[in-house]
Amino acid sequence: MKYILEFRESSLQEPLIEKIKEISFRKGKFKIMEVCGTHTVSLFRSGLRDLLKDYVEVISGPGCPVCVTPDSFIDKAISLSKKKDFIITTFGDMVRVPGSKSSLEKERANGADVRVVFSPLDSLTIAEENPSKKVCMLGVGFETTSPSLAFTIIQAKRKKLKNFFMLSAPKLIPPALSALLDERIGIHGFILPGHVSAVIGSKAYKILEERSIPGVITGFEPLDLVQGIYMILRQIERNEGKVEIQYKRVVKEEGNEKALKTLNEVFEPVDSEWRGLGMIPKSGLKIKDLYSEFDVERVFPLEIEKSEENPACKCGDVLKGIANPEDCPLFRKVCNPENPVGACMVSSEGTCSAWYKYKI
Amino acid sequence: MCLGIPMKVLNIEGEKAIAEIGGIEKEISIALVDDLKVGDYVIVHAGFAIEKLDEKEALETLELIREIIE
Repeated sequence: MKYILEFRESSLQEPLIEKIKEISFRKGKFKIMEVCGTHTVSLFRSGLRDLLKDYVEVISGPGCPVCVTPDSFIDKAISLSKKKDFIITTFGDMVRVPGSKSSLEKERANGADVRVVFSPLDSLTIAEENPSKKVCMLGVGFETTSPSLAFTIIQAKRKKLKNFFMLSAPKLIPPALSALLDERIGIHGFILPGHVSAVIGSKAYKILEERSIPGVITGFEPLDLVQGIYMILRQIERNEGKVEIQYKRVVKEEGNEKALKTLNEVFEPVDSEWRGLGMIPKSGLKIKDLYSEFDVERVFPLEIEKSEENPACKCGDVLKGIANPEDCPLFRKVCNPENPVGACMVSSEGTCSAWYKYKI
Repeated sequence: MCLGIPMKVLNIEGEKAIAEIGGIEKEISIALVDDLKVGDYVIVHAGFAIEKLDEKEALETLELIREIIE
């Protein structure tokens, strides 16, 4: 068992798709939302989105951390990159996200030291190799990533590093689902993110059960997605609204307790701004006082101008699932992966980028 | 960005391990996962193992799918 090819077996997929069609013939076409960029891409690449489009409407929600990060965060990162002796380290996608006036990519072309890292721990190596510089990691991600960011800060403390900092803006998925449901956009069920849930567990989605909305924590191979969608539709048909796990080979009800403990050691919930969804209570993470020496905003207070987003860009509505990329006047015209206007076009897992690449 | 890849653990040294997929080997951190053994498969995200894969559960999922479609 290598956990990949086994879950791409088409002889199992096809009859399961027939089951989805049967429910659709009996009960009609329902609208379900996925909230993970990896699901967005997997649904396109496997062809499932097209194959299922007459039977179930699958829309993409705020599932890409780069996409939901507001301009103000990018503006802060840019302001840091212009400071003397600063090295900015980041996951790749963030480099190209436009802030209100520039991007880190443009600042790098102007001489800023911006480096892409594979693991957040690479930032510590860079800090050790450059003792005269200040290294600041852009701490972006959902619950999948935040334990790694937390561990990196713990490790910096163990190593007594004085030149490592983090611009911290990790986000939490369950409060975002709650905010989306408050908008009443008519979602009948959620394909819940497999790797976020590996950390937080199925118990973290009480808000769905309280509102009787079906949710199924789903893996990323085609067979996972077909089974996950089938499980959601079966719940809808039976008038159930519970949280189930399809991705049982990875996700447990209680999640990964060690990862959660690491996360809670360093971070605490804080109100946070999401592109498209606005301010959502307790939906972000801030560094606790115990580790404040690594919080770049507390060590080097930043002042940035109020951010302005391009008024024509529909990224916000796309993230809420109330517009699709083709509703945006900029899509494919001035906004494309080479020259992105909004964050949803930048990340390879952004909805606009996936539509641009895969939508026929 | 929450992309995670199933990799096989080849070697463990403290909080670090060497993991492999398709012949490619990579050093990863295993600080977030308990009780890992050589030969286990883990989901790797941003250089960290975030969870172990459970073979018994994987086989049960496939069995469940067979039951649904029969």
